[in-house]
Amino acid sequence: MRYVMLIHQGDTPTPDDQEAWAALSPEEQQRIPADYQAINQTPGVTPGVWMQPPELATTVRVQDGKTLTTDGPFVSVKEALGGYFVFEASDLDAAIELASRVPAARLGGAVEVRPAAEYE
Amino acid sequence: MTLEQAFRDEWGRVVASLIGFLGDFDLAEEAAQEAFALAAERWPRDGPPESPRAWLTTTARNRAIDRIRRDRTLVAKTRLLEVPVATEDEMDETTIPDERLELIFTCCHPALELDAQVALTLRTLGGLTTEEIARAFLVPQETMAKRLVRAKKKIHAAGIPFRVPPAHQLPDRLAAVLAVVYLVFNEGYGGRGDLATEALRLGGALVELLPDEPEVHGLVALMLINDARREARFADGELVLLHDQDRALWDSERIAAGRRSLQRALALGGRESYVLQAAIAALHVEDPVDWAEVAALYAELGAITGSDVVELNRAVALAEGGDVEAALAVTDRLDLERYHYLHATRGELLRRLGRADEARAAYDRALELVTAEPERRFLEQRRADLETPSTR
Repeated sequence: MRYVMLIHQGDTPTPDDQEAWAALSPEEQQRIPADYQAINQTPGVTPGVWMQPPELATTVRVQDGKTLTTDGPFVSVKEALGGYFVFEASDLDAAIELASRVPAARLGGAVEVRPAAEYE
Repeated sequence: MTLEQAFRDEWGRVVASLIGFLGDFDLAEEAAQEAFALAAERWPRDGPPESPRAWLTTTARNRAIDRIRRDRTLVAKTRLLEVPVATEDEMDETTIPDERLELIFTCCHPALELDAQVALTLRTLGGLTTEEIARAFLVPQETMAKRLVRAKKKIHAAGIPFRVPPAHQLPDRLAAVLAVVYLVFNEGYGGRGDLATEALRLGGALVELLPDEPEVHGLVALMLINDARREARFADGELVLLHDQDRALWDSERIAAGRRSLQRALALGGRESYVLQAAIAALHVEDPVDWAEVAALYAELGAITGSDVVELNRAVALAEGGDVEAALAVTDRLDLERYHYLHATRGELLRRLGRADEARAAYDRALELVTAEPERRFLEQRRADLETPSTR
């Protein structure tokens, strides 16, 4: 089965927020990117495209044929998607185990595990 | 063995082995249902087969194979790579794998919401109909049917595995299974006795399947000891407190069975949540009750669970042991403002300390929060008793 692993940063400190990032211990600052690297190198993982923070998003809607843009993500900044990767796994338990190793999951965010739609 | 009994005992096994074989819940349930319907028709007429289990499993399996052969689109739903041929021979009972454990871990997977875990367990292992489950949980049948459909769909589409979790996951996953069984039991304990019986049946199966897990024995002990007092909990529809219960109504055999389960749990080194709760329940049915020991066990349980409800129970044990002031001091520290038992307990403690006005206010707050009718009447009676000086 293929799973799309959606990373929500929530309250997770990221390097984009320098103040919050500086509050982390130096070990943690090293461990976070190392953990992401380990996940990207896990067999079955296809890394996603790294995204800039949701504050930089532009949301587009079309109403009555007119294109409307708003500054920021579709959901609130805290709820916005932070990143993703794809994982080919035997079952949901394997996907949950890998999700629990994503730093955001233990630092105030969460990982949403979604089965990919397979069309034969 | 009556037909009803055979059905109850065999349904879970037959469905589990079919799901293991087919990898599809709906097809397994439908095939099992057909086999059981056929049995209901034939057995009374021709007499039951030598091995009801083997007959039911073989018949259900053949029915499923027939259906897949008739409707090739069903193959895609199953895990079968090719469709086997229906067999004339009855399967040998000893070679039918018991896959109930795989099934219960699938039904109680934490990726399903708790309500769905409960419903799915009762449907697939307990053989309750959707209508029966809906009635037991006081939801419309349509809602329950949707819940079951959604859960089965998620198991299939999200790849929830049909297997017993590996050792490193087992403690957490077993806790989820036990929570579901205990929830079913408590629904039954609250009045619908058939669900309590169903929970005991599930507990018995778990003991058979996981004989070395102390918490499984602990849960069974807890359920048996509490269930033994079921008849005594209500008199003329009114709630009766433990120390006012007519002990002649207690099922002494069931209490003894519960004590044996508790001994087994303790012998296996169990000292976790269900084992401690069972030990407390066992102390409660002794005469006289060793309240100091009850309070000590609640303290141990509270240290594990960090639960204020457990602290509230410890307060009750302290009060029963004679230290009402200490008990009241414990309840002062609890963050349970919206829990009617907190206020009911405080009402009782304040009454015993002769602080009638405060007791009345506490009962008033409890009455605002209580929902179950017998408990409401009980609290109203306690409050009314405040007006006339009591001796206790």
